[in-house]
Amino acid sequence: MSAIVHPPAGTGSPTARLIVHFVGSIQEVLRTMAKVTVTVGAPMLKKDPLPSYDVSGVIGFSGEFVGSMVLSFKNATAVAIVSNFTGMPIEPGSPDFADAVGELANMIAGSAKTSFGGNTNISVPSIILGSGHTVAQLHGVPCLVIPCHTEAGDFAVEVNIKPMVATRPVQRS
Amino acid sequence: MKILMVDDSRTMRNIQKNVLKTLGDPACTEAGDGLEALTCVASQPNGFDLMLVDWNMPNMDGLTFVKRLREKDKTTPVIMVTTEAEKSRIIEAIKAGVNNYVIKPFTPDSLLERVKQTLAKCNSVAA
Ligand SMILES: [Mg+2]
Repeated sequence: MSAIVHPPAGTGSPTARLIVHFVGSIQEVLRTMAKVTVTVGAPMLKKDPLPSYDVSGVIGFSGEFVGSMVLSFKNATAVAIVSNFTGMPIEPGSPDFADAVGELANMIAGSAKTSFGGNTNISVPSIILGSGHTVAQLHGVPCLVIPCHTEAGDFAVEVNIKPMVATRPVQRS
Repeated sequence: MKILMVDDSRTMRNIQKNVLKTLGDPACTEAGDGLEALTCVASQPNGFDLMLVDWNMPNMDGLTFVKRLREKDKTTPVIMVTTEAEKSRIIEAIKAGVNNYVIKPFTPDSLLERVKQTLAKCNSVAA
């Protein structure tokens, strides 16, 4: 892991402590699957109605940690990264475009949850297309945005996850 | 060689197909979830030589698929290819009857290596 991340002041929340795991998995997934080097900026607290980029892959978490992760790209960035990932040029309108964004989100979320531990399940990805969309957040849980920079442009990973405090049995599929 | 690829991401299946092309251009059948995979298995009476199975999929996940498969077929080599990388999950998959395990993200070389290793091992047991 190359980036050292200092959470912003006042965000010493459980969500902030998970961020380092996401940073590592973003960099590993993009490097291994798309040969893209990602540098990461300081995570920011997301102010509520701020929209995500043009295309987002959303993964839900359940079990010991609950909430969601959003991988969000500008179209141009997504086209470049997804084409590298799939090994062929992909147009934003094609079904493979959404599929590839979803699978990248799946791998980032999966690697991160393995890294932060606990008995947590991830959902299959949902894809949202269209500029200016927003993804609803868990009430009372900070949403931290990890700004990501690549040669192909910028993207962001939004993390809105909290530990489940209740000690009821974990649902397993 | 006949290979069944089970993953809800078509992109992932395409990547795997490209990697496995070097194994003498195998015939690949694709399924997007465990239920589709069971249908593929039922309609292939001579069976497959290898299965690559994702864990997280809609309708029926890969672990459930492998358990159902192993009720009837104890021998076809199955490699789980998944982001699920906790030790407890790997043990669960092996108990269900998975022969080998590849963690996503993977490099083409590491996938190919694991496939060759699995085929060699399973074929030597069968011989
Ligand atoms: Mg999947």
